[in-house]
Amino acid sequence: MNDAFGLPNSVLVLGGTSDIARALVRELVGGGAKKIVLAGRDPTGLAAAADEAKEAGAASVATLPFDANDVDRAATVVDSGFSAVGRVDLVVIAVGVLYDDEADERDPTRVARCVTVNFTWPAAALSRVAHHLREQGAGRVVVLSSVAGVRVRRSNYIYGSSKAGLDAYARSLNQALAGSGASVTVVRPGFVRSKMTEGRPKAPLEVTPEAVARAIVKGIENGSEVVWSPSAMRPIFFVLGLLPEPLWRRLPL
Amino acid sequence: MPRTARAEAGTDTKTAISKNAPPPPASEERTLSGWGRTAPSAARVVTPDDGNGVLASALLAAGPGDGSRKPGVIARGLGRSYGDAAQSAGGVVVDTRNLGRIGQIDPESGDVEVDAGVSLDALLRVGLQSGWFIPVSPGTRQVTVGGAIATDIHGKNHHADGSFCGHVTSVTLDTPTGVHEVGPDADPELFWATAGGMGLTGIITQARVSMRKVETSWMRVDTERHTGIDSLMDGLVRVDGVNRYSVAWVDCAATGSRLGRGILDAGDHATAAELPAKRAADPLAPPRRRGLRVPNLVPPRIMNALTVRAFNEAWFRKGISRAGQIRHLGGFFHPLDAVANWNLLYGRRGFVQYQFVVGDEHRAVIPQAIEMLQQAGAPCTLAVLKRFGPGDPGPLSFPIPGWTLALDLPVGPAGLRPALRRLDDIVAGAGGRVYLAKDARLEPEMFAVMYPRLGAFQAVRRRVDPEGVLQSDLGRRVGICEHAP
Ligand SMILES: Cc1cc2nc3c(=O)[nH]c(=O)nc-3n(C[C@H](O)[C@H](O)[C@H](O)COP(=O)(O)OP(=O)(O)OC[C@H]3O[C@@H](n4cnc5c(N)ncnc54)[C@H](O)[C@@H]3O)c2cc1C
Ligand SMILES: NC(=O)c1ccc[n+]([C@@H]2O[C@H](COP(=O)([O-])OP(=O)(O)OC[C@H]3O[C@@H](n4cnc5c(N)ncnc54)[C@H](OP(=O)(O)O)[C@@H]3O)[C@@H](O)[C@H]2O)c1
Repeated sequence: MNDAFGLPNSVLVLGGTSDIARALVRELVGGGAKKIVLAGRDPTGLAAAADEAKEAGAASVATLPFDANDVDRAATVVDSGFSAVGRVDLVVIAVGVLYDDEADERDPTRVARCVTVNFTWPAAALSRVAHHLREQGAGRVVVLSSVAGVRVRRSNYIYGSSKAGLDAYARSLNQALAGSGASVTVVRPGFVRSKMTEGRPKAPLEVTPEAVARAIVKGIENGSEVVWSPSAMRPIFFVLGLLPEPLWRRLPL
Repeated sequence: MPRTARAEAGTDTKTAISKNAPPPPASEERTLSGWGRTAPSAARVVTPDDGNGVLASALLAAGPGDGSRKPGVIARGLGRSYGDAAQSAGGVVVDTRNLGRIGQIDPESGDVEVDAGVSLDALLRVGLQSGWFIPVSPGTRQVTVGGAIATDIHGKNHHADGSFCGHVTSVTLDTPTGVHEVGPDADPELFWATAGGMGLTGIITQARVSMRKVETSWMRVDTERHTGIDSLMDGLVRVDGVNRYSVAWVDCAATGSRLGRGILDAGDHATAAELPAKRAADPLAPPRRRGLRVPNLVPPRIMNALTVRAFNEAWFRKGISRAGQIRHLGGFFHPLDAVANWNLLYGRRGFVQYQFVVGDEHRAVIPQAIEMLQQAGAPCTLAVLKRFGPGDPGPLSFPIPGWTLALDLPVGPAGLRPALRRLDDIVAGAGGRVYLAKDARLEPEMFAVMYPRLGAFQAVRRRVDPEGVLQSDLGRRVGICEHAP
């Protein structure tokens, strides 16, 4: 059960090898979370993440394989995750891929993959997660969106539009869950130094996975619907959102 | 608001109605939380009009579900426990508000048969008409007899009279293995497990309570102002020897040599002869009905370090040392009842109360706790200090002899949660424990250390509820409900 501060005892992570998710699990376990289920596609990476959670103090860590390209199995994966611990206090959806160069844009298969992994699979999984949380009468979902989806820009529009879809879906789901005891927190990080952005040049306002994790925990405690990390992203994107389209297009973003 | 049992069509889609089974009772899906308004969860709420067959009927309301999870059933009184004790996420909550009959008070023994949903407010109003008062009174009258038994409440007279269940002679308990009539002499094991058992041994439908004879509804009270914690604690020890009731309010904002300064109240029921002439005409006048309510729109964060300090300073200055005042029992026992829904003042995130007890030899933990919260930047709006006498046999009953401190803490400051986790360590290390009726955050490992007789409690539970039908969010959170997902 979640405690008075909204912090969980059991956590299911879909995308358990994500750097942000790993930092979040360390933070939650440090705060008292005990039962962790990590789902992912790479068994070695999952085993490493599981060891890390145990080292941080988790009482039990289970792992679960899934591939986000396999949309038909999304519900089954979620079901296995829930039955592994019985009751899940917090579900984290961290799976995502970054496809944003010119070659990606010209390759219909990659475009489809990006949308599938970032939006279609998470949406299907969320639908099943919502079913379980309604039955439980309690619980929270943290969905990793991105500032890239807040106002989609030319330089990463495949990724950005897939996140825009996920963001809108997750926020609407939160409304749909009103009165059910369950809720959704959407996280919008800026540039995070992680596996996903490996090799990319330093960005302004760049944050670490640990900083994002701390912001998420604070957001959970606050019961926030949206978490920005770093928090400066919120006013920045408020202003960017006001720019007229012709001006927006000319910005070097 | 009486309700009739009927099957709700349409909205209650989960209920499959077979031919011969009785129709499920009316129920509604609701989000519930405790007095502290933290950690809400949704459940199906039934509000029976009759104590007969409450549990069976609650299970019908649950419907068949998808088979993956048993619905947990729990009773709820007036929701005055602070945390998640009277809620069961995804399960069924039995709201006892309509179980409200009060029998005749035996003029000799003061024993009275009452339904579990009767509030102590209603019971003491009826009692005072013939000179009977409730044996133990918490800081609010707005709790039910069922809730008082399930948390084995204590009052300002614990050092003299013990806790509530010591004044209960029988309980009717509806369990998954049938209805049991229990008492200190009839299945004492189940009776004492129910005393402080947080509703997890069954649904109490009726109880027999022994009332206390009083001549008046007034109290003779001595007030002392103390400028530091040591003098305050010494004062409590001294007055406990000669007064049935005692309590101290502590200013948690004061620091340095004034750390733990406070006001001590001690007294007993005033006799008719002690009443001043203007009171003598109506010696058993009932408490005034509360008039004030907190408006719906409360500005955010009004409970902050500044307002807390100002409030405590004012309260301290108001408390002047005086002996032999005559005060109404309503104001003496239930000062907070003057404002109905004061808990809303804490805003959206609510508040927690941390109440713990440690033995006499660990009295240093009291100032240590106050100091730790100060250092963590967590303001404490209200702090109440008391001494407990011997505990009773209930394996989960809270009181043990020593010092108990109850701290009201707004949720918000980042340092609060970690500070309370450290405080758990200190309290457990001193052989103490926290009070489940107030708890909203204790972790299972810590709970098991603080309540070493958990195993005995669980053994009784396995006897009367082998399948673990009775479940609450608290029971799951602290690990009382074994294998309950
Ligand atoms: C302002 C204030 C002051 C307080 N002061 C004190 C104090 O001085 N001393 C003290 O001991 N406590 C005190 N309390 C706590 C309060 O007395 C207890 O939490 C009490 O249990 C509340 O009763 P309730 O009817 O509201 O029960 P709820 O909060 O609704 O339920 C509390 C527990 O009792 C169980 N329960 C309720 N009814 C039944 C039933 N019919 N059968 C089985 N289980 C049942 C519930 O399942 C739950 O576990 C105070 C609370 C407030 C808000
Ligand atoms: N890094 C940033 O700058 C940034 C900014 C905003 C939002 N985000 C979002 O934050 C989330 C976490 O990202 P991160 O920074 O922690 O990067 P990351 O470490 O690369 O995490 C991405 C996760 O998605 C998993 N994944 C990718 N494709 C998958 C597939 N087909 N099936 C199953 N799992 C798959 C990855 O698994 P493998 O480990 O096996 O690859 C990994 O666990 C993502 O949703 C990302 O979009 C990141």
